[in-house]
Amino acid sequence: MKKIAESKWTGIALAAVGILMMAFGIYRGEMEVVFTKAVNICMECIGIG
Amino acid sequence: MDDKKMNIKNWPRHTIQALWAALTNSHISGFVTGKIYTGKLKNACVPGLNCYSCPGAAGACPIGSLQAVVGSWNFKFAYYVIGFLIFVGAILGRLVCGFLCPFGLIQDLLNKIPFPKKIRTFKGDKLLRKLKYVIFLVFVILLPLFLTDIMGQGAPYFCKLICPAGTLEGGLPLVLLNKAMRGAIGWLYIWKNTILIVTIVLSIIIYRPFCRYICPLGAFYSVFNKVSIYRYRVDMEKCVGCGKCAKACQMEVNPVENPNSPECIRCGRCKQACPVHAIASGCKR
Repeated sequence: MKKIAESKWTGIALAAVGILMMAFGIYRGEMEVVFTKAVNICMECIGIG
Repeated sequence: MDDKKMNIKNWPRHTIQALWAALTNSHISGFVTGKIYTGKLKNACVPGLNCYSCPGAAGACPIGSLQAVVGSWNFKFAYYVIGFLIFVGAILGRLVCGFLCPFGLIQDLLNKIPFPKKIRTFKGDKLLRKLKYVIFLVFVILLPLFLTDIMGQGAPYFCKLICPAGTLEGGLPLVLLNKAMRGAIGWLYIWKNTILIVTIVLSIIIYRPFCRYICPLGAFYSVFNKVSIYRYRVDMEKCVGCGKCAKACQMEVNPVENPNSPECIRCGRCKQACPVHAIASGCKR
């Protein structure tokens, strides 16, 4: 287990998984949800809504 | 032991933190008009905790975005945001906390304010550090996923009920700049400002209390410290066991015992404090 954690390939493989997940998320339109949320004032976040 | 005696210089890191905070909050006009940036850059998340409702914010907060996607009626898993967090975590781990988080910089600066009795650790400190994982699971994932309205949409419960970064970066400037918002403040605003005040006071006494006990983003990245491409290593042949690295660590990590501890924010103070240069960091194994 320690060997796997210390191998640089573990980090590289996880980074690749991250890229693939991002690509899939963008493909199915999640970025639009993020964008819509980010360009409108989030009333909950600032403590009003 | 003070930083001078241990040969520790904090300003290079603080310079990087300040430059990154300025870059990711470069919509300066927002601080005058009270309007947030609405350009295309907001499609992308920033790696650190940076409220997207901050008038200067040029990108999206990953924790806010995660709750937005998980809590939306049509998506129940956030591949885009979680993929981004895995990507960043797999490369840098909690280096993000040490260098690329504006709220981390604010806490760093607050801790420089003199106080008669600074607290390094206390009974229950280790247990309390697990709280951030509970907050991530409950407030960022489970509540937005399951506590939904009639349309099937969940609120960003971490942002709504806890996040002091949102209050400081978004709540205070927007309320100050918008008359209509001033008229809309209620118990939630008071509650969130109380959390902010407590966080500020605690940050003066304890080093980075929000990062240690509350931050769900730090909790997520901490899992990657052991496997990330960028990592710390200790040359045990060089180490003289003086313990200066552990004394220099403000997160109370002992780098000799665990150089890639989940609590390490990779600020580099241990590397500077080591008299024999036994601690190194980088991509090398």
